[in-house]
Amino acid sequence: MIVLWTDALIYLLVVTSVVFAWYLGRQQHMRRPLKKIAASPVAMASLTLLLCFALIGLADSIHFKDGDSRGNEAVSLLDVACDTMRKHGEKTYSAPFAVHGYAKETLALDDGSTRWDYPRLQYGGAHLADPETEWAGDVFDKTLSGFSRGAGLMLMVLLLAWGDQHERRRVLWRSASSKAVWAALFLVVSGCYTLFSLSAYYHVLGTDKVGEDVFYQTLKSIRTGLVIGSLTTLVMLPLAIVFGIMAGFFKGWVDDVIQFIYTTLNSIPSVLLIAASILMVQVYMTNHPENFNNLLVRADMRLLFLCLILGVTSWTGLCRLLRAETLKLREMEYVLAAQALGVKPAMILFRHILPNVMHIVLISVVLDFSSLVLAEAVLSYINIGVDPTTHSWGNMINSARLEMAREPVVWWSLTAAFVFMFALVLAANLFADSVRDAFDPRRAQAS
Amino acid sequence: MKPLLSVEHLSVSFSFQNKVVDDISFEIRSGETFALVGESGSGKSITALSVLRLLPNNAQMQAAGMVLQDRDLLKIPEIDFCRLRGRRIGLIFQDPMSSLNPVMTIGEQVAEVLNIHFQLAKDEVRQRVLELIKQVEIPEPERRINEYPHQLSGGQRQRVMIAIALAGKPDLLIADEPTTALDVTIQAQILDLLKNLQQQTGMALWLISHDLALVSNIADRIAVMQKGKIVETAATGEFFRQAKHPYSLKLLAALPKMESCLDRVAQNKPPLLKVEDFKVYYPIRKGIFKRVVGHVKAVDGVDFELHAGTTLALVGESGCGKTSMGKGLLNLIPAHAGRVLFDDIDLTQLQGEALRKQRAAMQIVFQDPFAAMNPRMLVGDIIAEGLRALRSDITRPLMQSRVAELLQQVDLPADAALRYPHEFSGGQRQRICIARALAVEPKLIICDEPTSALDVSVQAQIIALLKELQKQQSLSFLLITHNLGVVAEMADEVAVMYRGKIVEQGLVEQVLTQPRHAYTKTLLAAVPKLQSTRKH
Repeated sequence: MIVLWTDALIYLLVVTSVVFAWYLGRQQHMRRPLKKIAASPVAMASLTLLLCFALIGLADSIHFKDGDSRGNEAVSLLDVACDTMRKHGEKTYSAPFAVHGYAKETLALDDGSTRWDYPRLQYGGAHLADPETEWAGDVFDKTLSGFSRGAGLMLMVLLLAWGDQHERRRVLWRSASSKAVWAALFLVVSGCYTLFSLSAYYHVLGTDKVGEDVFYQTLKSIRTGLVIGSLTTLVMLPLAIVFGIMAGFFKGWVDDVIQFIYTTLNSIPSVLLIAASILMVQVYMTNHPENFNNLLVRADMRLLFLCLILGVTSWTGLCRLLRAETLKLREMEYVLAAQALGVKPAMILFRHILPNVMHIVLISVVLDFSSLVLAEAVLSYINIGVDPTTHSWGNMINSARLEMAREPVVWWSLTAAFVFMFALVLAANLFADSVRDAFDPRRAQAS
Repeated sequence: MKPLLSVEHLSVSFSFQNKVVDDISFEIRSGETFALVGESGSGKSITALSVLRLLPNNAQMQAAGMVLQDRDLLKIPEIDFCRLRGRRIGLIFQDPMSSLNPVMTIGEQVAEVLNIHFQLAKDEVRQRVLELIKQVEIPEPERRINEYPHQLSGGQRQRVMIAIALAGKPDLLIADEPTTALDVTIQAQILDLLKNLQQQTGMALWLISHDLALVSNIADRIAVMQKGKIVETAATGEFFRQAKHPYSLKLLAALPKMESCLDRVAQNKPPLLKVEDFKVYYPIRKGIFKRVVGHVKAVDGVDFELHAGTTLALVGESGCGKTSMGKGLLNLIPAHAGRVLFDDIDLTQLQGEALRKQRAAMQIVFQDPFAAMNPRMLVGDIIAEGLRALRSDITRPLMQSRVAELLQQVDLPADAALRYPHEFSGGQRQRICIARALAVEPKLIICDEPTSALDVSVQAQIIALLKELQKQQSLSFLLITHNLGVVAEMADEVAVMYRGKIVEQGLVEQVLTQPRHAYTKTLLAAVPKLQSTRKH
């Protein structure tokens, strides 16, 4: 097993969030908001989707040496699961479910003559003898059978849950939010099952310029998206929160210094900083080749540094928001009362200010998440984003610039990246919304 | 005679809630002053809004009839109703600051109404605006119409609001708590103005208020509202002579009485707090280096003594520096000069840890119980906060039992500890604030307008609670307030503050019955008194 730097950080993140969730569940006064989240169908369905994304990302974060390939390339659990997709590469572009290539080329026929035509794909629909007549029926058959097997599996689980005689669990299974969870799970599982079983025969989302399966790329991109979203946030949050509320609360010279830092940082074009630090990492890796003997390790290092530097350049906006909010909160009477009671400043910050700015943090983190994924795409454009060998939605969108200019248009890379990003960001938004509502005691009363 | 406005069987409810207004009927005759009185949440403002058809979207309204003169208000289409609002019915809100647009001059805002309802030429509009501003007795109208709301005082802003309401020459003027945000002396002026205007124009005035004393001076008829129902309607004189409904009687009984100070005996006790030449200045800074170019003198040289186990009331209007004084005494804002001797320790000299330890002896209860507690903390944690901060050795069960004990002292159920502040009413929240202050066993509590955000009946309960606590634990109170009724109920001594200085100081009976300083006299004269008490 190989543990990359980002892998280690992801494990750490998972462990921390599990411990945190467990701790929250044990707190008596936290149970009500948690129950409120659990009772909201939208929140639970979004959470299910998010967990599915996280699960795929996690599967992609368990790396080990590939047994049958030469060299020291590492593969992840996801690679193993998508083995056929990974290895069934075509020569170049092909449309979703295509059996022929997307561009004409000179074909050498059996009788020695040549013809200018669309070539058959090496793997996509290779099992069909006569694509013209069999294709539609075959796709329909395989979709149906894949779907029915996935759906059947879920139905069996559902039936087991439904038939449960235990009174308390029955109530649990049949609440509105658990129905939403089941519906979301049903859709995700049967959908995935269908796509997976189809992808053994076809490229369900087509192939890209070098013939790699786009569905596989999209799945691999989930990890990159999650890493950039979560690790960058992890770097940015402490900086923004600590500096923001300190500047707002203490005012005076502390405020001056912090304001000076973030205005300075803001006035340097962030692209410049990012380019510089990425170049630094490149140079370091070239000088110490013994530590970076593997393509994956190098790409991973670059991803990690990208997260770090994105975090360092993106905390200023949130910091300014928090400073302004803290300036308002510190004049509130409950802060004055705490001061009159002799509560130490650190405690006031932690107990009175921080919980009351958390809604801003939550919203801006979720909104930043999507802009971070996009920032990665922009940076890839000037070659300082993630490593070109790393699969990412940014890279896919970036390459789509040229693909959209082609005639006929290659639309599937962009569409696939868009749909997956959209699902992830929307689910995160909806979930964050209900978390914010549930943890605001004033809102809890209104509904 | 046909009434100007008659409302029959009006009910308003919000989704998933009980009826806020529950089957009420009333009528307003032309030219009279009709007062709708009730405590907060009784539905009086909602009644006014439903007549104007300005209810929030989630409200449902039913009414059997609603007639203004000869027009059925229920049948008028919305487009015609726009021409009715501001033209036939004028409206004045409570807070003059948020009711005026800060980026328009007051002249423009008055002219806006004229342009909507009348076809007037430009110079006619100007003429009429000047007339209106003159009518509401704002000096120098030519200059004032070009000024912005922030350049005017609170009373003048309310006058502008009245001018706007009058611009349409309404038959009915609805005044929703028109003076609640104003000082007593300003309040008296505004009420005089409203009375004069009513006599000049002959319009009907519908006054919505929680203040019975105020209403008794101006209204012709009074309707008392309780929980969405009108429980009693009577002519003013009759109402104050013999109110019939028990709720009306309760309201009247809850009013703080000025006479209650008469039998208070002077106490001879050692001084607990001694303030000498105390000053709180706010620096005015300018330029890049934030040079101090001047000072706002909030508290400008104040001396007084507070005796152990007694209550000293600090009285004054808003902006006179009484709140700055309270915060300055607690070291929440830095004092500019002077000495604060508390048990012979000079608090202004203390710093760091010594100051933090000393804080236990002196606590504060704020005006607004809604802002005074962290909405994200449990009540138990809020009360225990001081214990945690000052007694690091206290164990968890001990703390819990202390919290339970404190809750009991302020008459709250023990399960309150595990609930959030928003689940309590205003009066209950103020009790929690008092419990929080009591937790560290202080000798002195500074009460900064402790009851001004509360209803009269709740106010009476809180005053009773504070008095009870004083008797049990021989607490001292520094009561900061503008409400002379509360002073009469609670205080042993009074200090009257005016522009950062104490202008008169003495025993409560002496100051309230035989004021010497001219300002104290104006203040006392401006306090609205119940008509019946005036006749004594």
